[in-house]
Amino acid sequence: MPEQEHDCKHRHEQQHDRDKIWRKLGLTDREYSMIVGQLGREPNAVELNMYSVMWSEHCGYKHSKSSLKLFPTGGPRVVQGPGENAGVLDIGDGYAAVFKIESHNHPSAVEPYQGAATGVGGILRDIFTMGAQPIAFLNSLRFGPLEDDHSRYLFDGVVSGIGGYGNCVGIPTVAGEIYFEPCYRGNPLVNVMCVGVMPLERMVLGKACGIDNLVVLAGARTGRDGIHGVTFASEVLSDQSEEDRPAVQVGDPFLGKLLIDATLEAVDNKLVAGVQDFGGAGLTCALTETASRAGTGLEIELEQVPLREEGLQPFEILTSESQERMLFIVDPKNLDALEEVFRRRELQLSVLGRVTGDGIVVVRHQGEIVAAVPAESVAGGCPAYEPQSKEPAYYREQDSFDPLALPAAADFGRSLLELLASADIASKEAVWQRYDYMVRTCTVQGPGGDAAVVRLRESGRALAMTVDGNGRHTYLDPYLGGMLAVAEATRNLSCTGAEPIGITDCLNFGNPEKPEVFWQFREAVKGMAEACRVLEVPVVGGNVSFYNEVGGEAIFPTPVVGALGLLDSADQQCTVGFCREGDLICLLGPVKVAFGGSQFLKNTYGKVAGKPADIDLTMEKNMQSLLRRLIKAGLVSSAHDLSDGGLAVALAESCLSGKIGAVLDMPLSDHTALELFGEGPSRALIALDGTIIDRVLNLAESAGVSLIQLGRVGGDMLLIRSGGDTIVNLELDEIKKAYEEVF
Amino acid sequence: MKFGVVVFPGSNCDLDAYHLVRDVLYEQVEYIRYDVHSLGNYDLIILPGGFTYGDYLRSGAIAARTPVIGAVKDFAGRGGLVLGICNGFQVLTEAGLLPGALYRNDNLQFRCRQVYVRVENAGLPFTRASSRGDLLKMPVAHGDGNYYAPPDLLRELEEKKQVVFRYADQSGELTARANPNGSVDNICGVSNRTGNVLGLMPHPERAAQKALGSADGLVIFESVAEYFKSREVQGGA
Repeated sequence: MPEQEHDCKHRHEQQHDRDKIWRKLGLTDREYSMIVGQLGREPNAVELNMYSVMWSEHCGYKHSKSSLKLFPTGGPRVVQGPGENAGVLDIGDGYAAVFKIESHNHPSAVEPYQGAATGVGGILRDIFTMGAQPIAFLNSLRFGPLEDDHSRYLFDGVVSGIGGYGNCVGIPTVAGEIYFEPCYRGNPLVNVMCVGVMPLERMVLGKACGIDNLVVLAGARTGRDGIHGVTFASEVLSDQSEEDRPAVQVGDPFLGKLLIDATLEAVDNKLVAGVQDFGGAGLTCALTETASRAGTGLEIELEQVPLREEGLQPFEILTSESQERMLFIVDPKNLDALEEVFRRRELQLSVLGRVTGDGIVVVRHQGEIVAAVPAESVAGGCPAYEPQSKEPAYYREQDSFDPLALPAAADFGRSLLELLASADIASKEAVWQRYDYMVRTCTVQGPGGDAAVVRLRESGRALAMTVDGNGRHTYLDPYLGGMLAVAEATRNLSCTGAEPIGITDCLNFGNPEKPEVFWQFREAVKGMAEACRVLEVPVVGGNVSFYNEVGGEAIFPTPVVGALGLLDSADQQCTVGFCREGDLICLLGPVKVAFGGSQFLKNTYGKVAGKPADIDLTMEKNMQSLLRRLIKAGLVSSAHDLSDGGLAVALAESCLSGKIGAVLDMPLSDHTALELFGEGPSRALIALDGTIIDRVLNLAESAGVSLIQLGRVGGDMLLIRSGGDTIVNLELDEIKKAYEEVF
Repeated sequence: MKFGVVVFPGSNCDLDAYHLVRDVLYEQVEYIRYDVHSLGNYDLIILPGGFTYGDYLRSGAIAARTPVIGAVKDFAGRGGLVLGICNGFQVLTEAGLLPGALYRNDNLQFRCRQVYVRVENAGLPFTRASSRGDLLKMPVAHGDGNYYAPPDLLRELEEKKQVVFRYADQSGELTARANPNGSVDNICGVSNRTGNVLGLMPHPERAAQKALGSADGLVIFESVAEYFKSREVQGGA
């Protein structure tokens, strides 16, 4: 081919590619053809923008839809499963709990304060949109090691942002977890969960029902922040991502607080037929989802949207993710009353249009129709992919790794102190002191325990809540890691005495178009689903965050489980600290542990390798059920889940929390380090009055759960002896110093 | 007794104050909106914590310029009892009802934790059920709680016994460690000259039930109850 001709053809191709603007908007050629097919014509530029945000991974769940079907989502308490703004569970006495977890990873990577703050604001709106009063926040965070300046900057910004929003709106941040691994350095994870409570009959859905009802916008003016935020969230981060800062929204918690109060009053007074918040994909999402759920259409006048600045193009108004905005579907006869509710808070309403019966969302701007799209197609027509899946090479390699072949640790006391002083395990008090965890005066167990407990003024009951995920475990064995995450979260609830009633999940993974990443995702979801089935906890909502990668390196697959539990009374709750001198300390659950993926292996040898200890889900269920019975019967004085760092770390934490020592005499094998620091599921450390040990042993035996006596509470040291040898001999002050002076 | 809880846009401890009065003290309570120009009959007005107007300007500065503050000034001028907690304290200093100012915490971070508060003046309607030197365990939760007053004013506050509470450690010592925000002389609560307006950064309403970790904050409300009872006795005699 002559040079010139080649050049010409090349130019022609370039020209043609430039025309394919859908590619720039993140859509594939095939997806574009589907849009043309569903629409029956080529979309105009505004319509294409609407499709592109709704068919993004973030909104469309293209790569996860088929896997998410594996989760059990039903159960006697389930009022609303996945698909709405949040899941709803019946918690008795005519009340419901509403909860959901969501990620804000990408925004936090480029603008940590606002990224985290708007993450909090976004999940908050999902809860009160359902008609529930938010009562608590939780968060699960991952960063690179703090020795790295950039990681420290992200960490500090994210913590400030979470506090900045949550403290101001007056909803307590009651629990959380933070882990540090190099894989999260450029792509931190910021997962925020919100829990709310409402009378069951107050529930309101995000449906544009009732033809000729009004479509009403409340809250902030619309600006250029967060344009195409969802598209940004559906791409891999790169060195240039910081230039995407305009895709990050800016939060206004003061306005958020006014909106909560006004919305709940409007719902209480039955002034609204449907409520939807503005989240990812902004107005486009709110319009098409509400219409699609109700099977209706909408007619909208874009000039009615109050703008922060002049000159916004229709596509900008439609895709802006400006925060603190709500959409209401209102019967015209209620409009005046609704306006009054908002006026009393110095807030304005704008009537954007009305509900129609034809299923089409028609958008007008300055007298012209700028978009006319079928709601169902935009909100629900995006394809579900069944991506290729391939077991990664590293997975099998773990089988041959023998941690016991590593040089043995010699000084177990020192190893324990090092574990306690590792950033993953060390006390996070310096972090949670930056969150108001007490406002609303219902937090009866705050951060620092196995789960938080929030009492319900309405019924006298209490909700226990926790977030848990272990990226190391899930990386090494995604299926097992998925099971372990659900088991750990529910076990944490059971340690407070609460019965697990449901979960919400945040699935943080790399690029699903890579077969190895999709395999991790699929296996983890399968494992979680299996655990949910056996433990009888439904999944009622959640969020998938893909494309958590920088420079081609994916994060550890990190499913985070947000779990909710119910206590008949706040007075029945159990805590982790030893509290009575002379109490017997016992290990409840199997003794089998492993070093695979353990904190000890990471700390001592710098390795993330091997296989975590396997789980017997039936044993897990029996153990948790027994533990709850013991707590409810008032037979145990403390209970603490055994997780990172194993038995020795749990002992130290129960001592520190109760400000009292412990003396343990344990038969230890040759693998002392494994028994002290090995990790395994289905285990808890409990303390009880020695005079009732026979009764407790009998209960354990009939439940088929192992119970071993380890020693007694007392003194001001942690002393572990075995057959006359002293294994660990540490002053509480020394332990406290190691544990509490890291952050 | 009848309590009024002032609600500004952005107040968020109004609910906690309300429940304290209704469910723990078993007294009457009403919310009062920020835009009213006069107050009804109340025995105690509480300005609760929160982030009024987001605290986007100086904390409490905008709330201090709302209509209700004029009414609160009249109420206080007639000898009525006014209690400002956290953001309510900030509002009272911004409104000129209490001396001094509350700066950003010296560590530049929000702090939520239990502290010990030492009673410095047990002669006020708010403290008469306690004794000087008593230690009260109460939480703080604020970003702008660093109390400041210039040296002259400090001397005057000491002389007039307007310093009501100080941060102390568990043994009652005024250490730097016990001070969560860098407040001058560990001061965390001050009154006006006549002793009927009190502001403090710690939250007594969050320390009113054992289930919340402490019930020490109750002494402030018991003092107020005692104060009115003694007035009734005097009035009846």
